[in-house]
Amino acid sequence: MSSGDPAQTPRRVDRAGIVIAALLAATAAVLVWDARGLQSTSMYGMGPEAMPVVIACGLALLAIGNFVDALRGNLPARESADPLPVVLILIGLALLIAIIGFGGGFILATAALFVTTSAAFGRRAILVDSVIALVMSTLIYLAFDRLLTLSLPTGPLERLL
Amino acid sequence: MMDTFAALAHGMAVAVQPMNLLYALIGVFLGTAVGVLPGIGPALTVALLLPVTYKLDPGGSLIMFAGIYYGGMYGGSTTAILINTPGESASMATALEGNKMAKAGRGGPALATSAIGSFVAGTIATIGLAFLAPWLVDFAVRFGPEDYFALMCVAFVTVSATFGDSPVRGLTSLFIGLTLGLVGIDKLTGQARLAFGVPELLDGVEVTTLAVGLFAVGEALYVASRRHHSEEKLEPVRGSLWMTKEDWKRSWKPWLRGTMFGFPIGALPAGGAEIPTFLSYSTEKRLTKHPEEFGKGAIEGVAGPEAANNASAAGTLVPLLTLGLPTSATAAMMLAGFQQYGLNPGPLLFAERPDLVWGLIASLFIANCMLLVLNLPLVGLWVRLLAIPQPWLYAGILVFATMGTIAAKPSVVELSMLAGFGVLGFLMRRFDFPIAPVVVGLILGPIAESQLRRALAISLGDPMTLLQSPISATLLGLALVALLAPFVLKGMGRFKANED
Repeated sequence: MSSGDPAQTPRRVDRAGIVIAALLAATAAVLVWDARGLQSTSMYGMGPEAMPVVIACGLALLAIGNFVDALRGNLPARESADPLPVVLILIGLALLIAIIGFGGGFILATAALFVTTSAAFGRRAILVDSVIALVMSTLIYLAFDRLLTLSLPTGPLERLL
Repeated sequence: MMDTFAALAHGMAVAVQPMNLLYALIGVFLGTAVGVLPGIGPALTVALLLPVTYKLDPGGSLIMFAGIYYGGMYGGSTTAILINTPGESASMATALEGNKMAKAGRGGPALATSAIGSFVAGTIATIGLAFLAPWLVDFAVRFGPEDYFALMCVAFVTVSATFGDSPVRGLTSLFIGLTLGLVGIDKLTGQARLAFGVPELLDGVEVTTLAVGLFAVGEALYVASRRHHSEEKLEPVRGSLWMTKEDWKRSWKPWLRGTMFGFPIGALPAGGAEIPTFLSYSTEKRLTKHPEEFGKGAIEGVAGPEAANNASAAGTLVPLLTLGLPTSATAAMMLAGFQQYGLNPGPLLFAERPDLVWGLIASLFIANCMLLVLNLPLVGLWVRLLAIPQPWLYAGILVFATMGTIAAKPSVVELSMLAGFGVLGFLMRRFDFPIAPVVVGLILGPIAESQLRRALAISLGDPMTLLQSPISATLLGLALVALLAPFVLKGMGRFKANED
């Protein structure tokens, strides 16, 4: 399901739709596989494994439904999409997660996300945006950590404050 | 009847305490400010602002919630009128006529009729809520677990299948939500399901993480991916803010009719404000004396749907407060707000914490009045918020969205889930799957399962118990009809196509 697909005309096999159907079927399989490891301990009624199996059946039926829709080309038409900004934002999120994971602190992490997102939306003034991002995330940090006493992760910058 | 008045008076006494008034004011202000940002609907407004209320006491935070809820609704319609990007499908009708009015230099009256219409509808609907709720609570205390299970089946079906464009895609969304609801420790037996050995998953999927991921991150990715299509254009508010006598004359009936559509449909566990807003729009189009203006900026087309939207928002609080049944994404977020204090809305909450419930209902009145007084004079401020350049706007939204998760659980797993749900939300938008059923499925799925298991345990495993209770049998029958109806008569699609 690449996001670069051109707009599709209806009444054609929709490849993305087939992938969606396959993913649903795979999810159903995972549910059943996971449910097999559960022990039914309740004497009466249903144990913990019953509901996953019911939901897996539903997912399997829906996989068939989506598959039929895809074969008939019944999916709504899509406009073309530009993958580059999506990738940029995802890189920003990955940076945020990495910085928090390695103890870089809230301010650096959110500033990195801010700059990449703003670049994804077409800004090219990376330096200006970095300054704006640092000032903004510092202010957010102070407001929420000090005023509202939420505990936000600290790193080198936060310890200076 | 008298009980309601006494309870409401008591609630008022709670709500007008200076601190609570302040909370309501902050809620209204924040709710409007966030709700006015393009692409942010009321559900996301509530999800984003949940962390702000973490440290408050339950009473204060629920009152702030009431303000955020109505503020977010109002902010959404401002965006719909001024830049034609409805944050949610329920504002689509408003955008249809309101944006045309703004283009014609009548943005002021459009904003005014939507504000006053929202106030009128919100007030009438909140009165409806106050009188309907105790009556429903009396009824709901007789519900056994099997009846609750059946009720939730009705909600599942109506939210996902009956009123959407495609029952298959709606049900797919619902089942994604139900699957996510399975993750974590099974409450009855203590066994882990779908945790794959990851300790963070044992607690299950956090509702706010899912909602913020699907709505905020997903929306940002989606808007970024199609930025090359069109720049949205902000219409300046020109001319008088005030409505002329003619505007009043043309607005008051649509307000009342919109309320009549919105409240009952919102109060039924049918979910969504789309149906009442579109019903109201088509009714006004039929009844108007100025049919030539429709499609070019008819004030009736703003007044009616806006009232219907607000009335149905208050309507969804009826099943939420009395039965614990969220039927819209926003209501699901409100339920998450209750749950963060370990409170479960339902008949018991009315009995145990009447101060909370009635304080909340009274706060809805107060928030509504505050919005009316605040919004028209402050419209210049909201317009300036709308003028934030898109790169900074979405960068700020993402920072704020991740902040909520970072504040609640600063773990790599939780943040990765947020990003993953963002991708899911992006794909669902791109392939036109509805989003609200996922959130409702995640919240209601586990509750429905435990009610069903309780019912079966009581009946010693006999599934016939579901059909022996008349309430449950009726509700399950309704659910079946609602599930099959869209397949049998594919009329809903035609109905929607007619209104465009």
